[in-house]
Amino acid sequence: MKVAAKTANEAMAEAMRQINPDVVAAYPITPSTEIVQIFSQFVADGLVDTEFVPVESEHSAASACTAAAAAGARVMTATASQGLALMNEVLFVTAGLRLPMVICEIARTLSAPINIHCDHSDTMDQRDTGWMQFYAEDSQEAYDLVIQAVKITEEAFLPAMVSADAFILSHSLQRIEMLDDKDVQNFIGEHKTPFSILDTDKPITVGPLDLQDYYFEHKRSEAQAMRDAGKVIEKVFSDFGKKFGRKYNLIEEYKMKDAKRAIVLMGSTAGTAKEVVDTLRADGEKVGLVKVFAFRPWPTEEVNQALKNAEYIGVMDRAEGMSGFGAPLFTEIRSSLYDENKNPDIYGYVYGLGGRDTTPGDIKKVFDDLKKVENGKKLDRNNYLGVRE
Amino acid sequence: MAKKKEGWKELPIGAIIVEPGSSRKFKTGDWREGKKPVVDKDKCTNCLFCWISCPDSAIIVKDGEMKGFNLDYCKGCGICFTQCPVNAIEMVDEEKE
Amino acid sequence: MAKDLIEIRWHGRGGQGAKTAALLFGEAAIDTGMYIQAFPEYGPERTGAPVSAFNRLSKKPIRLHSGVDSPAIVLVLDPSLLNTVDVLEGLGKGGILIVNTPDSPGDIRKKLSVDPGIEVYTLDASKIAMDTIGLNKPNTPMLGALAKVSDILDYKKMLKSIEHKLKIKFRGKPEEIVTKNMEAIKTAHEKTKGEG
Repeated sequence: MKVAAKTANEAMAEAMRQINPDVVAAYPITPSTEIVQIFSQFVADGLVDTEFVPVESEHSAASACTAAAAAGARVMTATASQGLALMNEVLFVTAGLRLPMVICEIARTLSAPINIHCDHSDTMDQRDTGWMQFYAEDSQEAYDLVIQAVKITEEAFLPAMVSADAFILSHSLQRIEMLDDKDVQNFIGEHKTPFSILDTDKPITVGPLDLQDYYFEHKRSEAQAMRDAGKVIEKVFSDFGKKFGRKYNLIEEYKMKDAKRAIVLMGSTAGTAKEVVDTLRADGEKVGLVKVFAFRPWPTEEVNQALKNAEYIGVMDRAEGMSGFGAPLFTEIRSSLYDENKNPDIYGYVYGLGGRDTTPGDIKKVFDDLKKVENGKKLDRNNYLGVRE
Repeated sequence: MAKKKEGWKELPIGAIIVEPGSSRKFKTGDWREGKKPVVDKDKCTNCLFCWISCPDSAIIVKDGEMKGFNLDYCKGCGICFTQCPVNAIEMVDEEKE
Repeated sequence: MAKDLIEIRWHGRGGQGAKTAALLFGEAAIDTGMYIQAFPEYGPERTGAPVSAFNRLSKKPIRLHSGVDSPAIVLVLDPSLLNTVDVLEGLGKGGILIVNTPDSPGDIRKKLSVDPGIEVYTLDASKIAMDTIGLNKPNTPMLGALAKVSDILDYKKMLKSIEHKLKIKFRGKPEEIVTKNMEAIKTAHEKTKGEG
């Protein structure tokens, strides 16, 4: 273990070096360019054995990685925003073929209007692809989640993306604790694949036409893999926690035990929200926070358990969703809690689009709003935080 | 062929096909719409253009010699007939045989 | 918010190394066991355009991920920014302003109508950089000034850490680049002036 100063980009690139994947095919895009740039230096310096493929687009990056995964390789890439959007078509293929793969993803908004800064529109756009999704709060989590994602993706037979907020994390230097190279290797172990297109002793066909008589069964099986992935994730998180002392869960509860008012969100803003929770707690307010680590698979039971005592809930989405109703996280939370006996009052807040700064004051406003609701005031079901009227 | 199809739990993941050469089980010979190829071995030079061109691997070749057609798989498309450089292959009505 | 959290804002122009200074200071703080953040404000970066960079430092883990809006210390790497950027924004009582300028702290106080509760320090970091490094790169001299007027880091430990980091940064370049930068920091540490 060593203490180091790393941006999330640097931390994820270091994790990739320690993982030493067989194949990395990548195309640069702001703000994830550094991940690929630093990693390609590792390749040039001979620090990894990776076959590095500098492809001509993100579509090709995803395609090359998917094909290499089908050949039994441990594969990784990095991207953001428009790059992830360009991968979209292939992401369904990776998941549909049930191949392991990890994307180091930097959460940047999507055009138009053009903007390079943080929000979760890009990953929310990919939520139905069959990829697992993890959201980091800081460099440390980005680093730890990438290492764990390798094992998760190989055991769940589903690909995974680990997302860190653009600039706020990708370009912010922070203190992290790095594992020893050999500990990472021992933890992830050797990649064993049940089938490979290059195994001539056990030939297989990958990607055949699959029509009305079988397609549905294969999709049903893929859906089950996502339903079962939570258990795989918990097992890997638990192994990691036992070995290295940093234990992750599908969600993180912060001062939720007796919390009457709660905020639910994902990513870097969770840290800011914890500070606000502490400040309000010091004034005797019963407030808490639920941070969702794994958006896919959606952790229904864990979320419901964490929110079982909350009466007023503000769900903060760093993506609009453009549904004409609620944003993605809001609708998941509200839908999850529908089956519970209790009927908490849930409000949606879209925040931080295009990198708009989200201050402690903004978060306090959500808690204040919920208090007003408690005192009988009416509040719109869906709200926008920090936008000029 | 009235086999019960597998449920989703029984199928290999990712829609992969784990049995090599399973396409042999799929006999496409009954797709022919009345015409089948015949070869005149007196004209045939064993150039094997037919063998290269056949989309169903239905040309039988042994020791470098074209030996005829595997009608279990021949769909009667006639590509061999059009490709043969010495006009040794004819498409004939199946009923007349 | 946590009271032991120190926030610093660096003002510069693209190419002057404000971001690098923030990173170097942050890394030096990590070497002394502190928790840090160091990040630039990203916009349409162009050489010469006004840019800013930030530090957060604490003995405890830092969880805040919002922008820095009430810094304890503000450093200005280019005197021409005083006319175009509100460098005093968010700087409250007990705050420190450090400016790269040949002018005296008193002149700067008058020019910007600085609140009496804020301390002002100046140094001619550009001249120091020209004399030592041979280029107008005022960022490393400003680190010397920061070490002099604040007790966030132990000066000697900071020097050692920065020297190590510069050696890595300038790996493959003549070693005198590191020595000259270190000289710039030390000269700046001596020459930084306060009022009175």
